[in-house]
Amino acid sequence: MLANYAILAVFMVVAGLVPIGALATAWVIRPHKPNPVKSEIYECGIETVGEAWVQFKVQYYIYALVFVIFDVETAFLYPWAVAYNRLGVFALFEMSIFVAILLAGLLYAWRKGALEWV
Amino acid sequence: MSITQVAFILISAITLGSALAMVTSRTVFVAALWMVAAFVGVAALYILLEAGFLAAIQLLIYAGGIAVLILFAIMLTPRVMQPMEGLSRFNDQWMFVAAVSAFLFAGLWALAIRTDWPVNLQRVTGDNIFLLGRGFMTQYLLPFEVTSILLLVALVGAIVIARD
Repeated sequence: MLANYAILAVFMVVAGLVPIGALATAWVIRPHKPNPVKSEIYECGIETVGEAWVQFKVQYYIYALVFVIFDVETAFLYPWAVAYNRLGVFALFEMSIFVAILLAGLLYAWRKGALEWV
Repeated sequence: MSITQVAFILISAITLGSALAMVTSRTVFVAALWMVAAFVGVAALYILLEAGFLAAIQLLIYAGGIAVLILFAIMLTPRVMQPMEGLSRFNDQWMFVAAVSAFLFAGLWALAIRTDWPVNLQRVTGDNIFLLGRGFMTQYLLPFEVTSILLLVALVGAIVIARD
């Protein structure tokens, strides 16, 4: 059982080494001639406006929050889906109630305009 | 020393190191990123305990959802997003807080050592996740449905607070 995860560990080590190797190789073989214009910070090809540390809109937070709620719902849906075939119609009914209650929350967020981007 | 023990020591070191970096970090945003590393470390510990489902949940909800939520909460706070230079991490109450923390740590430590933790050496027979799903649908049906109401309350409450 644990041996399966060893493959995952090997995969993660390789995934970590590849970008480090790429950056290290580039650092070794590239010419190093900085000048002030070259060292300037740029953003999508144009000069940056203002500070990097800016306050973000509250809409992002509401989206993240709705995401977390439905993330938790997914965590409950998964064992139900695994057991579904062996549990019968009653389980479908029970899960429908669970999803319907959460759907009421989504409808509330929708009605209150929390999903509108202003 | 078996390979599992080596893995355990390595993962524990990464988890504790990330947690330590989190509490000593000067910027709240950087602290939150270290917290994500600690979450991933805890997920790896769950895998060592052969609790694969719990590890997946830990990654999905903590390292995914909760981490994004906390990062957004930090990015929404005006004063936190200004880099704080020359600001001390200690205020005049640090001795009191250190004493309370030490007391709490000693208490939890004593409790953890004296408790006779029940250990079940029998392996769970059959499919873990199937047993969990069946439990939700039969024996623990009411707590399961109440969970959705709890999530609903959290969602509605957060929207009400955020829109105020």
